[in-house]
Amino acid sequence: MTSIFDKGSIRRRLTIQLFVVAAILSLAFFLIVRAVAGQAASETQDNILAASATSIADSLYSDRGSIKLELPYSALSMLGTISEDRVFYRVLIGEQTLTGYEDLPSPDAWPTRSETVFSTFDYRGEEVRSVAIVRSVSTGSQQTKVMVVVAQTRLGLAAISSQITVTATAVGLGFFLVATALSLYAAQSALSPLNRMALSVTRRGPKDLRPVVTKSPSELAPLVDALNNFMSRLRISLAQSEDFIAEAAHRVRTPLATVRAQAEVSLRRLEKPEDKKALREMIRAIDESSRSAGQLLDHAMVSFRTDSLETKELDLAELTHETCRALSPTADVKDIQIKMDIPKHKLPIKGDPILLHNALRNILDNAIKYSPADSDILVRVEEDENYRVSVIDQGRGFGDTDLKQLTSRFARGSNVEDIVGSGLGLTIADEVVRAHMGSIEISANSGGTGACVSLIFPRS
Amino acid sequence: MRFLLVEDNVQLAKAVVDRFKLDGHAVDQAGDLETAKDCIEITNYDLILLDIMLPDGDGRDFLKAHRQSKNGTPVIVLTARSQISDRVGLLDLGADDYITKPFDFSELEARCRAVLRRQGGSAHNIREFEGVILDSTAGTLTLNEDVRVLRNRELRLLEVFFFSPGQIFSKSHLMDRLFSFADDISENAIEVYVGRLRKKLENSSAKIETVRGLGYRLVAGI
Repeated sequence: MTSIFDKGSIRRRLTIQLFVVAAILSLAFFLIVRAVAGQAASETQDNILAASATSIADSLYSDRGSIKLELPYSALSMLGTISEDRVFYRVLIGEQTLTGYEDLPSPDAWPTRSETVFSTFDYRGEEVRSVAIVRSVSTGSQQTKVMVVVAQTRLGLAAISSQITVTATAVGLGFFLVATALSLYAAQSALSPLNRMALSVTRRGPKDLRPVVTKSPSELAPLVDALNNFMSRLRISLAQSEDFIAEAAHRVRTPLATVRAQAEVSLRRLEKPEDKKALREMIRAIDESSRSAGQLLDHAMVSFRTDSLETKELDLAELTHETCRALSPTADVKDIQIKMDIPKHKLPIKGDPILLHNALRNILDNAIKYSPADSDILVRVEEDENYRVSVIDQGRGFGDTDLKQLTSRFARGSNVEDIVGSGLGLTIADEVVRAHMGSIEISANSGGTGACVSLIFPRS
Repeated sequence: MRFLLVEDNVQLAKAVVDRFKLDGHAVDQAGDLETAKDCIEITNYDLILLDIMLPDGDGRDFLKAHRQSKNGTPVIVLTARSQISDRVGLLDLGADDYITKPFDFSELEARCRAVLRRQGGSAHNIREFEGVILDSTAGTLTLNEDVRVLRNRELRLLEVFFFSPGQIFSKSHLMDRLFSFADDISENAIEVYVGRLRKKLENSSAKIETVRGLGYRLVAGI
């Protein structure tokens, strides 16, 4: 079963739960206080009523065979102490009223001597509480049963009860507020180890895979252990995959290099043109596979580094110079000259030098590959609101290929079947440039021959 | 040029040595770092080609020690690993350049020449024929104080002729020497480059002669 609590914040969930519990408890508290206090007040009235009735009954006496009553002042004044309530009384002998309010109702069944009968009813438009007791008064030879009924309106009780309600409400509300505040605090403090842990994980650099050492409560220990376990596995796995890539590259490239060198040696010894052709094709296949392998490894490395980009202050002019210098022997083999139009001053940029170098290298390498012998490649760096590094060649361009598609993985121009390539060069450059908040622009030269690839970086 | 190749893979080392010998270079091979150190002490090399993963240690440690010993022989690292991860470390450690395996020999030669040019040349790389001096490192042709700069392919072609004056080279042989395997170039392209060389050799007593049906050769004469 999923509930709305499965998503969203634990803090909110805890707070809402504690809030509801506090509300229920406050309500119960309110009801209990009101009930207990009301009960106590009503019992007090009953006791006074009983005491008053007893006091009246006690002052009954017989005078020459008839029963007399001298109403004691105290009997009524003790009732008056409660409030301004009106008091009614009636003393009955049989059906006859000895004194008091004749219409004050009395219990139909006379209570026994030890009984005190309380009842509540409306009398003269007001709710009254009445008590009835029975006394035997001896009149000469015989005992006469006398019933004393004392009643009092309940205005005072109502006042007390409403006061109690107000107090109970205040207490309940206070309790609720305190409980809510406590629940917020509890939610906060219950979550603080979690927040601390989250912070200690998010604060670390992308390559920091040391175990988390935040002190954590025992409930979080399994999570921390699992996290640390996971990180150590990741660390080992990363180290292994780096070693693996290096080892794989070594294992693949060394024999390829052997075969290539041997093929070049054999090519010199062969005489027949068809044999030479076959050998040339073999060498091209070797180049293709080694290039693809290299580009795939580079692409993996670029993806890894762009995910966790670590930048430093660089000089784009120097970086471009360096890349051109590094590739000029490659260009030289085809008698291609790399011409540079780069500002003499520093062009500060924040970036990952290895990535930027690789992006530029890929673009320049492409230009060399697709340029005819004896041509020039112009590398120009311009600065306006952005830096624009353009590589302009006199090669075959991109044919009628959709230029926007060229940066997608393994996409190549429609006119390059005869040239070794993996289709990853522009993808790598594009990923690098985007990781640096820049963009890549590919266009055909205005003259009709060649292409212009520009890497555009925002100035830092 | 005189190379020291430090490479533990026997087949690769042999293939590289054979390939370099075809172009007239002298190559010694060391299978481990110990042997490499001994070779450097005895012989004065133009250039060291260094593999990274070697049986008795890491090529980078050798590179560091080599730089600290003030030995000026340039080092080009042959790396089989990803360019990205190796590049910075290698250059920081003092490698003059690096190239990833498998490599195109003409590109490796071009890199060697570029490194040597930065170093200021090498006496091993100068050949003379009929008063014409070919400096392979600088990429220049000197006749009577007149220095002419050669482009890469002109230089490589001229090296073939200067290495064996009088020998006839077929077009197809010259093509193999000149063009990378990525290019599909007709044999006629050789004529273009021979034409350029003849222009560079004008007014000298060396000339490239066409031997009809066979190819070209370098001969003395006006």
